[in-house]
Amino acid sequence: MSEPHQETPEELDRANARPVDEPAPTGGKLDEPNPSPVRGEEVLLEVDHVTLRFGGVVALNDVSFSLRKGEIFGLIGPNGAGKTTCFNAMTGVYRPTSGTIRFQGESVVGKKKHEITRGGIARTFQNVRLFPEMTALENVMVGADAHHKTSVISALFRLPRFWQEEKSGRARSLELLRFVGIAHRAGDVSRNLSYGEQRRLEIARALATNPTLLCLDEPAAGFNPAEKEELLQLIRKIRDTGVTVLLIEHDMRLVMGVTDRIVVLEFGKKIAEGTPAEVRDNPAVVAAYLGVPTDAA
Amino acid sequence: MSEKASFRSNGGVRGWYGRQPAWVQWIVIAIALVLAFLLPYAGDIPLIGPQIVTEGIDWPSALFNMSYYVLLALGLNVVVGYAGLLDLGYVGFFAVGAYGTALLTSPDSVLYADTGWKWLMAVPVALALTMVAGLILGWPTLRLRGDYLAIVTLGFAEIIRIFATSTTTLRGDRGFASIPHPPGTWNGEPIFGVTDAVPYFWLGLVVIILVILGVRNLDRSRVGRSWLAIREDEEAAEIMGVRTIKYKLWAFAIGAFIGGLGGVLFAGEQGFINSQTFVLQFSILVLAGVVMGGSGNMAGAILGGALISYIPDRLRGISLGDTDLYEYRFALFGLVIIIIMVLRPQGLIPSRRRAMELKDREKEVAPQ
Ligand SMILES: Nc1ncnc2c1ncn2[C@@H]1O[C@H](COP(=O)(O)OP(=O)(O)OP(=O)(O)O)[C@@H](O)[C@H]1O
Ligand SMILES: [Mg+2]
Repeated sequence: MSEPHQETPEELDRANARPVDEPAPTGGKLDEPNPSPVRGEEVLLEVDHVTLRFGGVVALNDVSFSLRKGEIFGLIGPNGAGKTTCFNAMTGVYRPTSGTIRFQGESVVGKKKHEITRGGIARTFQNVRLFPEMTALENVMVGADAHHKTSVISALFRLPRFWQEEKSGRARSLELLRFVGIAHRAGDVSRNLSYGEQRRLEIARALATNPTLLCLDEPAAGFNPAEKEELLQLIRKIRDTGVTVLLIEHDMRLVMGVTDRIVVLEFGKKIAEGTPAEVRDNPAVVAAYLGVPTDAA
Repeated sequence: MSEKASFRSNGGVRGWYGRQPAWVQWIVIAIALVLAFLLPYAGDIPLIGPQIVTEGIDWPSALFNMSYYVLLALGLNVVVGYAGLLDLGYVGFFAVGAYGTALLTSPDSVLYADTGWKWLMAVPVALALTMVAGLILGWPTLRLRGDYLAIVTLGFAEIIRIFATSTTTLRGDRGFASIPHPPGTWNGEPIFGVTDAVPYFWLGLVVIILVILGVRNLDRSRVGRSWLAIREDEEAAEIMGVRTIKYKLWAFAIGAFIGGLGGVLFAGEQGFINSQTFVLQFSILVLAGVVMGGSGNMAGAILGGALISYIPDRLRGISLGDTDLYEYRFALFGLVIIIIMVLRPQGLIPSRRRAMELKDREKEVAPQ
């Protein structure tokens, strides 16, 4: 049976809701410091005195920081510092023991995970968590479905909304695969993708939910320098489409090179906050990383 | 990027089929349909015909049995195969469909004075009832994880059975008689009579085709993607915006609806049901059929469902020495399942996705 979707490239472009593949408006060389151009003072996400305990373990201890719209924000710290826990609290996986997290002025505490996603926070996982038996394209389409309204009835009877959303969702998903550079793997089952491709696919899937804030949990883990360089470029490209990026990363050079501001956690506590230069010179941070040079890990 | 890029073709019949132009595919489907409708006359095929048809039971009746087992397998496949929810009490929905029909139509029913409907009138009400039963069971339980869900659904089927056995309204062993047959006449004779099961089989076949089309439409849409995502990684699915509870409930309700369809067809053909029909074995058998055929794959579910009905019926009336093989049907059947699962752990017709998974595992262990 022939599938309904046979769109031409022109249709692909037209159906694409947000032209993610446009050239970066402000460009910027990779090696130069590259402050985010649209960075305003508008607060997007506010972590407000958040404490999160697992039994006796205090994974987050009275942590506060806020993200501004349009910036690339780094969240760093040694292993077990509470970075992933912080993501989990923001995306509704864990509920803070105390304190609140506000996104665009609204508390996300107690909201369902899928509501938070539809509200505009998307994330990737430290250990890749794709849907392994689905194709790359299908994985991204699950993300795109977050904002779709096709009901069981319209899918069952192939009502106009089904055709329209299937077509636009598909086009947008393909566009995102191209954006992250793995369009040629669209039809492959995601478990067959290489590790680097899987990490990119996770980013595409998260972007498909149309986020305002994208949280990346160690996206460069296991990458070689060339791949890291490409990732750096990709993160900037994402920022240039207007998405705020929150980045957990162990590679100091990458973090220093791409972020506008950084928060450093250690044992669940915030020990420093500031621009990359400020953080680099902070004695507490140097101590936390045991005096290891900045390109540790 | 064209559609073909996202189509994963592989070898074998399915690979061949996938590469054919649309018109060839339609011809293949048309031929398969015609052959399916001609199945009641399979006994007339020279040489192999007599080997195929059942001896201890009239062949069209065996075909009808297969048709409602296939329906049940298709419905359970949505729940277990697509959404990954282990439902051990699926027969409960079959029972609700059958009892719903009986209550609304049989003269034995307490409702008879008020209803006493024709079969066709009772069908939509009985089906609505099964969907509601699915929702009532699903709403509190779908928050539970795997093992717990299995236990609760097991309990549900037992509750329905015990209810049917011990309440006077549902009449236990005495059951409901004179449930009307489906409507329609041909040359002044009712189409759905008591002697000829062929029309019932054809009716079952039509219902199966409609169910296949419906499930296929759901599978290739946002709904099917959500089910699959839930099956693969429920938490990741929810973090990607899938309303997991909602889609699990839909899987349950759709599964219940299809099981209910099997129930109303069964009641309409038999004309009589009692509490003996809905034993737990039934649920396990259907589940075995789905797994044996290839969970998560409609062709597999159809084949599995047909086999769990066909194998015991075929064994009827065959004797080895003094023993009638039918008496050993469950033992033999168990043996057949074990052999199939050893030889083809992914089921007879593995789902495309699961076949992939298996191949990858082979690759992983093979030296690089
Ligand atoms: N579900 C959980 N139950 C109990 N303890 C947990 C749980 N999740 C995290 N922790 C603990 O909380 C602390 C912070 O863990 P977290 O995963 O947030 O660290 P991280 O900064 O992401 O570290 P890494 O760089 O290794 O990823 C650790 O001590 C960890 O053992
Ligand atoms: Mg972590």
